[in-house]
Amino acid sequence: MTASTAAPAGAPLLTVEELKVSYLVDGEPQPAVQGVSFQVYAGEVVAIVGESGSGKTTTAHSIINLLPGNARRDSGKVLFGGADLTRLMRKEWQNVRGKDIGLIPQDPTASLDPLQRVGEQVAESLTIHRIQPKKAAREAAVRLLEESGIRDAAARARQYPHQFSGGMRQRVLIAAALAARPRLVIADEPTSALDVTVQRQILDNIAALTAERGTAVLLITHDLGVAADRADRIIVMRQGVVVEQGPTASVLTNPQDGYTRSLIAAAPGLSPRRLRRTVSPISPASAGDSPVAGKTPGARPPLVEAAGLRKVFSLPRAAGSARTITAVDGVSLDIRKGETLALVGESGSGKSTVARLLLRLEKPSGGSVLFDGQDLATARGENLRLLRRRFQVVFQSPFASLDPRFSVSDSIAEPLRAFAEGSPGEQRGRVAELLDAVQLPAGFARRLPAELSGGQRQRVAIARALALRPDLVVLDEAVSALDVSVQAQILDLLAGLQERDGLSYLFISHDLAVVQQISDRVAVMRAGKLVELGATAEILGNPAHEYTRQLISAIPGRQVLAV
Amino acid sequence: MLRYVGQRLLQGAFVLWAAYTVSFFILYLLPGDAVSIMASGDEQNAVDPALVAKLRSEYGLDRPLYEQYFIALGRALQLDFGISIKNGVAATRSVAEVLPETIKLAAAGFALAVLLGSALATAATFSRNPWVRQALGSLPPLGIAVPTFWIGLLLLQLFSFRLRLFPAIGNDGAASIVLPALTLAIPTAAVIAQLLSRSLRQTLGEPYIEQVRAKGASEALINFGHALRNAAIPTLTMLGILVGNLLAGAVVSETVFSRAGIGRLTVTAVNSRDIPVVQTLVVLAAVIFVVTSLVVDLIYPLVDPRINIGKTAKA
Repeated sequence: MTASTAAPAGAPLLTVEELKVSYLVDGEPQPAVQGVSFQVYAGEVVAIVGESGSGKTTTAHSIINLLPGNARRDSGKVLFGGADLTRLMRKEWQNVRGKDIGLIPQDPTASLDPLQRVGEQVAESLTIHRIQPKKAAREAAVRLLEESGIRDAAARARQYPHQFSGGMRQRVLIAAALAARPRLVIADEPTSALDVTVQRQILDNIAALTAERGTAVLLITHDLGVAADRADRIIVMRQGVVVEQGPTASVLTNPQDGYTRSLIAAAPGLSPRRLRRTVSPISPASAGDSPVAGKTPGARPPLVEAAGLRKVFSLPRAAGSARTITAVDGVSLDIRKGETLALVGESGSGKSTVARLLLRLEKPSGGSVLFDGQDLATARGENLRLLRRRFQVVFQSPFASLDPRFSVSDSIAEPLRAFAEGSPGEQRGRVAELLDAVQLPAGFARRLPAELSGGQRQRVAIARALALRPDLVVLDEAVSALDVSVQAQILDLLAGLQERDGLSYLFISHDLAVVQQISDRVAVMRAGKLVELGATAEILGNPAHEYTRQLISAIPGRQVLAV
Repeated sequence: MLRYVGQRLLQGAFVLWAAYTVSFFILYLLPGDAVSIMASGDEQNAVDPALVAKLRSEYGLDRPLYEQYFIALGRALQLDFGISIKNGVAATRSVAEVLPETIKLAAAGFALAVLLGSALATAATFSRNPWVRQALGSLPPLGIAVPTFWIGLLLLQLFSFRLRLFPAIGNDGAASIVLPALTLAIPTAAVIAQLLSRSLRQTLGEPYIEQVRAKGASEALINFGHALRNAAIPTLTMLGILVGNLLAGAVVSETVFSRAGIGRLTVTAVNSRDIPVVQTLVVLAAVIFVVTSLVVDLIYPLVDPRINIGKTAKA
């Protein structure tokens, strides 16, 4: 899938013409797609890029007529291989779906029937269209799974979806989507739910398999970096309209539309800017000392010092031989005052457990945590309570971390009430101050979370974390669930707050592109162990560990940048 | 696996003990013991107080409560729940005599309920006609709301008295079981239909269903090949409770159709304070609950591969 700039020849495989789709919300039609036109040629990779709500998924689902019940195609044509798909009857659709147009879904963990063996689900793509009889299809499914990169496919085909990781399930879904050799496959955010290294493997897998078969790919993504790496052409959508389309290289290097330019600026992988000056590891008083990362005398004083942290979880008795699992194994790190330490690793690497240990939400099985010189592991009662107010946390999901029945001001004032901090009047004043600090209008105080967007909710969560003027804020994948442009705004906000209040951040992320924008130092974790710790520029520019190199090469958009 | 079953049986034994103990003390707290009820049975002939005292000591009713309890518990462990006050035979025997009739009725009722309930749920969910969906979908709440005895009387009126298709009362022959079983089945079928159709609607919104549709599957394959199996699981959870419902329903059904069985025995035993029989019935009900929930839990892993009892999880 190298970005070819040559104009595709011949008749297009897919033509979408003036497509208009609306959703019926409370009886009122709300337009979602407002006159979208584009073509996809045979064997081509076209990416539709846009934020949530841009209509990109609605457009994609209109092509195979899989819109939700309250959606209606108002007008427009979808031509596939010359035939108008919008005229098809229900039965006729069954011959198009899966056979001519495949779909790789957004959420691999929920897209496989939990009660059916994986092999059968792949074979089903063949038996439905009577391409092969049952037995032959089952054998073909094993081959397809193998091609999708599933080792020991014959045995794995007999397993159930819950025995597969997210990435492996997506490989199964790719095998199923490509089984009947469709001419077009729609990949709807195929990797947004996956770790960054897995993401690259999956995209490589889709690229290799479709290139080999000459399958055209319509890639739906919110990540311009992913589109830049993978697509021949890019279509940028916003609020139901195509704002720009063209060959990848020209869209990226010479964007015509202001929105495209802002998307490029917001994509961390495409524009590796620093959001703030790097905090010198040396405190101003002793600037003459040698700048070595580590606990040299004269370094900025540490706020948190963790030494030899271990956490062992015991498994339920039924789980067989291994009774325990070591989630964190001998991790030593420190967070200095006013700095951002990023903790990087894939899901399961133990980074969240480390955070929970530092927050004293879990007790360590071994090792020690000093917070501003006081031992957290032994602190208890009132002493622990007083320490607790000095470290706060912001979680990933802005939808789950706010009480849906609390107004914004209730949520922000809750820690103040818990610590009986000031009179109700003073608390109201503090809430107004905090709303201002996270750049939300004062009128938001009375709103409920349901009335806020994801980015606005995350601002509320940040305001709540800051209410007690903590020294340390743990940001646990705090921007991972947000759209790129919103993500950039929140990162800017975090950088500004740090500058203002001298906060320390522990920034937990799987996304190195974001990490390089915001952090001073990076700690890389894998399988419970710390593999590398050092200054951001050093780690990203000159990684010592093979795993760190893998993580870096998995940042989407890097291939384009290198050119 | 064996260990799991062993554990569950131990838990079951605890439940039985608890059921027995609680019922023992509740019955003790009720005014009047077996002998005084026996003695007061006939008001014209006043019973000699000395005889009453003698009887009381014979039955051990004059001993301290805890002693009575342990003696009774010891006997219960040997399946001896005492002598029925009404007819003088062992309580377990009077229960055992009518048990097969109720089992037949409950089994027929249950089969009918599952059949009717599933058929209604699938028709109400899978139908493409919104009017049909609406109409069928409103049936289960109706079935739950209508009292069982009223359904029984209605069936009796229509099929026995008007159409003369089935006998109105009695335990004779297969025809006699049809109406009682139907009466029993309707409320349970309504619950099954309600649960299953809600679960089906939810399942049809799952991403994996859309994925099957994206493969080009027919509606029949989507509905019966994927959705129904997945939707059945939450309903299976309720099976234990539904069997309990059947027992309660049997009381009404057997009374309306004058059928001999556990249900009617319960009514007469409670009315005549036949404590040994009542206690036997309580323990029997507990046994049925324990066994059904164990069976349901053992069926689970067969239906849902994600549930793995006592086996080593393989990655």
